[in-house]
Amino acid sequence: MNETPPARLYGLHLAVVLALFGLNFVLPDYHQGLFPRIMVLATFAMGYNLLFGYCGLLSLGHAMFFAAGLYGAGLAVAHLGWAVPAAFAAGLACGALLSLAVGVLALRTSGVAFMIVTMMFSQVLALAILYFAPWTGGDQGLVLPQQARVLNLGFAAFDLTHPAVRYMAALFLFAVVLLVTLAIVRSPWGRVLVAIRENEERTRMLGYDTFASKLAAVVVSGVVCAAAGAAWALLFGYVGANFASVQYSILPLLWVLMGGAATTLGPLVGTLAMYYVIDIASSHTSAWLLIVGVALVLLVLFFPKGILGALRRRWPGWLP
Amino acid sequence: MAFGPHLLLAVLEGLVSAAVLALTALGLSLVFGVMRIVNVAHGEFFMLGAVLAWAVSNALGGHPALGFAGALLVAPLLVGAAAWLSERLVLRRLNYEPEATIVATIGLLYIIQQLALSFYGPEARPVAPPFSYRILLPWFGYSGYKLFVVAASAAILLGAWLVLTRTRIGLVMRATQYDREIAQAFAIPVDRVYAGVFALGAVLAALAAVLIVPISQAHYLMGQDPLLMSFIVVIIGGLGSLRGTMVAALLIGLSDGIVSMFFSPTLARMIATLLVALVLVFRPQGLFGTAPR
Amino acid sequence: MTPLLTTRGLTRSFGGLRAVDGVDFAVLPGEIRAIIGPNGAGKTTFVSLVCGRILPSSGAILFDGEDITDMPAHRRVRLGIAYTFQITSVYANLSAYDNVALPVQRTLADGRAKGALHAGVMEALARVGLADRAAMPAGQLAYGHQRLLEVAMGLALKPRLLVLDEPTQGLSDAEIDDFIPLVREIARTATVLIIEHNIPVVMQLADRITVFEAGRILAEGTPEQIRRNVAVQEAYLGSGHG
Repeated sequence: MNETPPARLYGLHLAVVLALFGLNFVLPDYHQGLFPRIMVLATFAMGYNLLFGYCGLLSLGHAMFFAAGLYGAGLAVAHLGWAVPAAFAAGLACGALLSLAVGVLALRTSGVAFMIVTMMFSQVLALAILYFAPWTGGDQGLVLPQQARVLNLGFAAFDLTHPAVRYMAALFLFAVVLLVTLAIVRSPWGRVLVAIRENEERTRMLGYDTFASKLAAVVVSGVVCAAAGAAWALLFGYVGANFASVQYSILPLLWVLMGGAATTLGPLVGTLAMYYVIDIASSHTSAWLLIVGVALVLLVLFFPKGILGALRRRWPGWLP
Repeated sequence: MAFGPHLLLAVLEGLVSAAVLALTALGLSLVFGVMRIVNVAHGEFFMLGAVLAWAVSNALGGHPALGFAGALLVAPLLVGAAAWLSERLVLRRLNYEPEATIVATIGLLYIIQQLALSFYGPEARPVAPPFSYRILLPWFGYSGYKLFVVAASAAILLGAWLVLTRTRIGLVMRATQYDREIAQAFAIPVDRVYAGVFALGAVLAALAAVLIVPISQAHYLMGQDPLLMSFIVVIIGGLGSLRGTMVAALLIGLSDGIVSMFFSPTLARMIATLLVALVLVFRPQGLFGTAPR
Repeated sequence: MTPLLTTRGLTRSFGGLRAVDGVDFAVLPGEIRAIIGPNGAGKTTFVSLVCGRILPSSGAILFDGEDITDMPAHRRVRLGIAYTFQITSVYANLSAYDNVALPVQRTLADGRAKGALHAGVMEALARVGLADRAAMPAGQLAYGHQRLLEVAMGLALKPRLLVLDEPTQGLSDAEIDDFIPLVREIARTATVLIIEHNIPVVMQLADRITVFEAGRILAEGTPEQIRRNVAVQEAYLGSGHG
């Protein structure tokens, strides 16, 4: 029930954005360098959350959408010499086309079959990236030259390799996606997605074209994830095949589960928490993926609602 | 080598792949058929079998045949125990709910894989085959051990088929697969059947790994490929269909062996994965399952 | 008067079983038509064919003169056919309010209703007497109230044809007594098709009754005609159903 005044909800989210904004100036250098990565990955997680948390579709192949944006933007810069805005748009376009194609096919299945199909489509893309190594850099990947990563807006030029600029750019992307997600979740269409998650047959019999809604969700999710991928390429200058691997399909699932699926701020919380846990773990051992495994098992056994999901249970459920 | 013998070599190699693949895929198929869950950690049970085979044969020393025999006995049992443990501690608590189970098995995948990395290390280590006998064909020599692998696999598959169709245990398993609730009504201990089947699936994968490890080497990442291939076999053959799994394993093992010899393995994998995904989209019952109404 | 709903030779087979076998059926606008028959007679299958939940093996369905045989379920709903599930199918985790908000939202988007969402939701809830329970999660409502919520959701779709599938099942006698005037009130603005096993309810409500047996229509007529129909009596006695 949307009793909570929108002002309070948007206020909360804007406060989070402002807090992140302020952190830029107080964080020590090392952490200030981590946060852009966390924010871009949190954007990835938000895209995943829209499909998984709100619409109830568990995809095991979302790395392909991140990779579509990553390589779409990266290859546009490396091979076509495109400027930042055009390259970003190229990344988005790749994500949109791929998610449309995948959605039309994969949505003919459901449940476990959907998980396997999305995982397999993602595998195909990962293999394709390796197969077309002359263009994609294969296993090694591509490094985007620093000069190419300057955002030229006519009146000013922003060097995306500069830490503060990078931070703000990542924050801008995160903030836009966060607020858009909030708007979607509170909209009639958002309500339909939740209804589909809860009982698709019932929703169909209330007059909703559930296939169309699900397809739209896949495409929006795919485009958001591609935006994150494109941003990663442009901000951090490295395009590599490991981002298309199954690991990057599992990580957003982990982040969303940890932070709380079907909450708008959950993806940020989960990404933040897990990024630091993994950062610390990987400085001690090369087997840090063990933590990912343990976290997944513990979450699914004891803590399926995640941090914010559990929190929302305690307080009256006004957290979107 | 002329094309004909080259093809024969490819076919032989394909048979070996198919033999190992059939065992591994059977494990996955049984688990899905009886328990209706997809075990994404299945490849890691395979890897665990190979790694433990190395550990056992290394510890036993002496003649390679002794080490191999020890490994063949001990490794699958240990892997089965590990699987049984995971089923009891994790999967049962989730009530085998499909989505939660897949996420949990993904977690298990990483746990097993990374523990292997920690204790076994990132290197690939060989295991000596129990015997080295070269069979001399007119065009090339072929490893006698590889043919032994095919024979052993066929024997195990035959044994499995006999158990499933001729013994009471097999009957109990098939009853549970057919209708869980009715099986419970007939006082079949479904919980124990599930634990047993899950362990059996892992044992089959481990057996396959022990057989193949003298040919390839034991490496902590070696579970990824068998997982993907087993998935492909089980989807094409129809989830839960024993005969379908066998035929599909033969088809896919052979074609993968042949195509990989003549074309790029990456391209072969790419096309295979895409085709299988499309099969799952358009014909979810595979080639042998029954069509949904 | 042209019928609102017509079926011609409607058939649905499952493997070898003909659940619905060449049914010719017609309902006039404004009628309350009851469908009765022993278990397994094909009543729910027939009604599912009409709503589009399942597709026919052969035959045709016409709604207000338009052939809807191949039309997907969600578009039939938007044409004006609403179905309440035999097995309660409310959104258990959503509040009663949110449950009704979904169909209201749909009709507002289609232009079949006007005004604010809130007003529409509260009106639908008030009609079935659930207005004071709007904030409660639907899964926590008493069973009888969940059935009423289903009806509210059907009403909120502003249907021209409302299909009620065993709506009184599980209701107490008092709740059934309240239910009858509700259906009569609904019938003032919509045509009602009601599947029921509760014969007294059927006799009180129905303008006409259609009796199904083994996938076919056994008899059709006014309640009095059906009561006196020997074949119907045999069908019911034969199946041991009362």
